[in-house]
Amino acid sequence: MTEPRPRVAVLVFPGSQDDRDAALALESLGAEAALVWHAERELPDVGAVVLPGGFSYGDYLRCGAIARFSPAMRAVARFAADGGLVLGICNGFQILCEAGLLPGVLRPNESLSFVCRDVPLRVERTDTPFTSRCGPGQQLTVPVKHGEGCFFADDDLLAELDEARQIVLRYDGDNPNGSINDIAGVVNADGNVMGLMPHPEHAVDPVLGSTDGALILGALIEASSDQQLAPASAVS
Amino acid sequence: MKATILVRPKPGILDPQGKAVEDGLRHLGFAVDGARVGRLVDLEVEATDPDTARAELERMCADLLANPLIESYEIELEEGS
Repeated sequence: MTEPRPRVAVLVFPGSQDDRDAALALESLGAEAALVWHAERELPDVGAVVLPGGFSYGDYLRCGAIARFSPAMRAVARFAADGGLVLGICNGFQILCEAGLLPGVLRPNESLSFVCRDVPLRVERTDTPFTSRCGPGQQLTVPVKHGEGCFFADDDLLAELDEARQIVLRYDGDNPNGSINDIAGVVNADGNVMGLMPHPEHAVDPVLGSTDGALILGALIEASSDQQLAPASAVS
Repeated sequence: MKATILVRPKPGILDPQGKAVEDGLRHLGFAVDGARVGRLVDLEVEATDPDTARAELERMCADLLANPLIESYEIELEEGS
């Protein structure tokens, strides 16, 4: 008898790049990944949604600014409003900020250069569905690859985020993009939507140099299985 | 009606693109300071009167053309067009 696997949707926009990597990583960690095209008006029955990295709609105007209007994103907004778990990675983080599902905005890197390297992260919160497998203050190594990952929030918003403990990950001694206060990942006030610039899906196999990304995706899968279980597969 | 929308980085917001342009100009020997790079959108809006057009343009800026966290905007409307 095969255990039912938690289902996680991975959105695919024109210009998405890491959708297959995200699906592969989720599957390798025990989930069933369902790719969802941006034109879909409804999400399949899933316990969580991942918005992958890439350059949705060419990233014209501002990164994520156009993707937020896609039919699938309206479904994601409803899913999130109902308490569904949503994780935005890189371009996915940018889309969530532009959509108003997460606070702040991602701006061009201070250096104006594209960065692509492993960075150390510090876990600031472990009581989220995304970081429950990490220890307090644990250092993770996860790669970044982006040109516009400089998180910005004004002083009032930063104070709000600190007060509500919405900053989940910070760059730990190597800030690759000039993000204010070294912010690498944030959650919404309810804690069910998270965005981060580093790519956990690229750090799930020792051959890639780190498996720390599996802590984040694994936690998401575990939390999503509490919310939804896929029907047992035909194989028994 | 023809309209032009100017989107600027808000004062105080670090503008790395403006900084790079400023550095480039200085390398060319120009004495410049405070370069900021924004965005210009030309468009034609269908509207019966300028007030309606202006209201539409305001919504376009708020909903898509500018991100109020980091950008300000100005709308110019060619009312005779």
